[in-house]
Amino acid sequence: MREFSKYGGKFVPEPIISALDELEEEYENIKNTKDFKKELDQLLKEYAGRPTPLTYSKKLSDKFGCKIYLKREDLLHGGAHKLNNTIGQALLAKHMDKDKIIAETGAGQHGVATSMAGAKLGLETEIYMGHEDVQRQKMNVRRMELLGAKVNEVTSGEAKLKDAVNESLRTWVKQLEDTHYLIGSVVGPSPFPKIVRDFQSVIGKETKKQIQEKEGKLPDRIIACVGGGSNAIGIFKEFIEEKNIKLTGVEAAGSASISKGLEGVLHGSFSKILQTDEGQIKETESIAAGLDYPGVGPEHSLYDELNRINYTTANDKEALQAHKLLSKKEGIIPALESSHALAQLPKIQKEVTRDDIVIINLSGRGDKDVEEVQKHE
Amino acid sequence: MNELKKSFQDGAFIPYIVAGDPDYKKSLEIAKKIIDAGADALEIGIPFTDPAADGPTIQKAYARSLNNGFKVKQIYQYIKEIRKYSDIPIILLTYYNIVYNQGIENFYQKTEKIGVNGVIIADMPPEESKQVTKKIKDKKINQIFLVAPTTTEKRIKTISEKGSGFIYVVSRLGVTGKRKNFQETTKKLIKKVKSNTDLPVAVGFGITKPSHVKKARKAGADGVIVGSAIVDKIEKNKKNQQITQYIKKMKQKI
Repeated sequence: MREFSKYGGKFVPEPIISALDELEEEYENIKNTKDFKKELDQLLKEYAGRPTPLTYSKKLSDKFGCKIYLKREDLLHGGAHKLNNTIGQALLAKHMDKDKIIAETGAGQHGVATSMAGAKLGLETEIYMGHEDVQRQKMNVRRMELLGAKVNEVTSGEAKLKDAVNESLRTWVKQLEDTHYLIGSVVGPSPFPKIVRDFQSVIGKETKKQIQEKEGKLPDRIIACVGGGSNAIGIFKEFIEEKNIKLTGVEAAGSASISKGLEGVLHGSFSKILQTDEGQIKETESIAAGLDYPGVGPEHSLYDELNRINYTTANDKEALQAHKLLSKKEGIIPALESSHALAQLPKIQKEVTRDDIVIINLSGRGDKDVEEVQKHE
Repeated sequence: MNELKKSFQDGAFIPYIVAGDPDYKKSLEIAKKIIDAGADALEIGIPFTDPAADGPTIQKAYARSLNNGFKVKQIYQYIKEIRKYSDIPIILLTYYNIVYNQGIENFYQKTEKIGVNGVIIADMPPEESKQVTKKIKDKKINQIFLVAPTTTEKRIKTISEKGSGFIYVVSRLGVTGKRKNFQETTKKLIKKVKSNTDLPVAVGFGITKPSHVKKARKAGADGVIVGSAIVDKIEKNKKNQQITQYIKKMKQKI
């Protein structure tokens, strides 16, 4: 059995195995030590800005007929939930005596968050980013460079996120001794999906406490967008055992690995992936670069199989509408990725009642998307 | 079963090409020329869109093949045509998703039937091989695993037990691709593997020059695998004659 029943695993070339074994062992040894926990807590609080607020949205609540709260990961330093993971893994890398971190990035948010963590903790940082993403996220490229990271443009394959992961893996295997591969989502070979989930689960833990304080009870529904699936697992994990809470993961219609994919192996783990009937990886197309990925975290595939999380999709148009709605009604410009979660609200309008509490994980802010959105006007 | 092992008796020179590179017909011609030039076994890659273990040369070959319309299902016909021409041992190399998508049972049944001698799955270490080894228990096909500079002695023993045919030694940390020097560490690695297995040992990744072949043999390797250096010639559209000459020169040093 693998980490998540039949899902997960270590489908990697032999040279990487020893590094994964080392990472797993070190992580288990380090994660519960007093020093590590103290340092991480302090960084999350003083540097990243945790806890992030849980904001009640009166206007959305009135419009959709239920009590809507937004978990404000957009307010985390860097503008997305990504820093929870990068600070955690960069600190882990430091404890493992690595001098260097490398990472892939799609929208650029993980690249920025990795560059921040690298700068803060004094680790040399290199980012791999697909040519197409470099073109559509120029601002983030500049931010990474300002933060002292080196950005490498990837032109192989589709020149998108999946190709950036391939290139990161290829680079990692050349420099395993002094380099940590700081993967950006709950994907990749074991133990990455577990490590990223653990660092992101701070979102759900905070949310649970905050909603108890505000409402005196747990929510009825939680909605999050799913690309690789780290913000979703981050908020869902704490509520998985609360069986009567409805958990919904919203994929981009053009890259919906769970809703439209088949079982297989991409980037080291067995999960649901978008592939042709020949087993070649399919091209994906989403307005949200961060969701534009043909795979999904293995833990999500498991929760789909167990019917614990309900997975659905939103298309570009629905996401754009939601993006504009939140901007105008609440004065919050959401990331196009997070807008996919918001796009679920009109669809559940008929199923909810006034007293139902619905939490949306607002995984990132949308400043990076202003240009992209303008193109569609 | 031992056809493959036998090819290592006096040292095996094993060229690698990608099926369908640059197109189906030409790659079949190239395969035949390589056999004529004296290859002791032939390693054939089934293209995959996301070859994370491969460097730029092989990546581009996969892309060329796929862009020119190669379909995974054509591999069976491709091998059949080579089989009509020669009984040289054939080893297929691909990635897990390709095999899984074909259906593990189906893939091994078909490949065994057409006379494939061995299979390498680049992203399947022994810990993920249970489903495959279960299916090939009664088959004549060999499952070949990789050993890297980072592989511990304990793992080499496990790999030696789980695999058959030969052990593929990855000469250096990194991906496939050409290089200039044959390193001291590679010699040590070959010796380490040899002392932990009874299987033949073939070394690959970066073997480019006749002198590399000689050094690998001297260090105890039973065979050498040459991929990128040949694929590079295919990419540059070199005449088949040049590929033939190169193979003859390399083979001399075995």
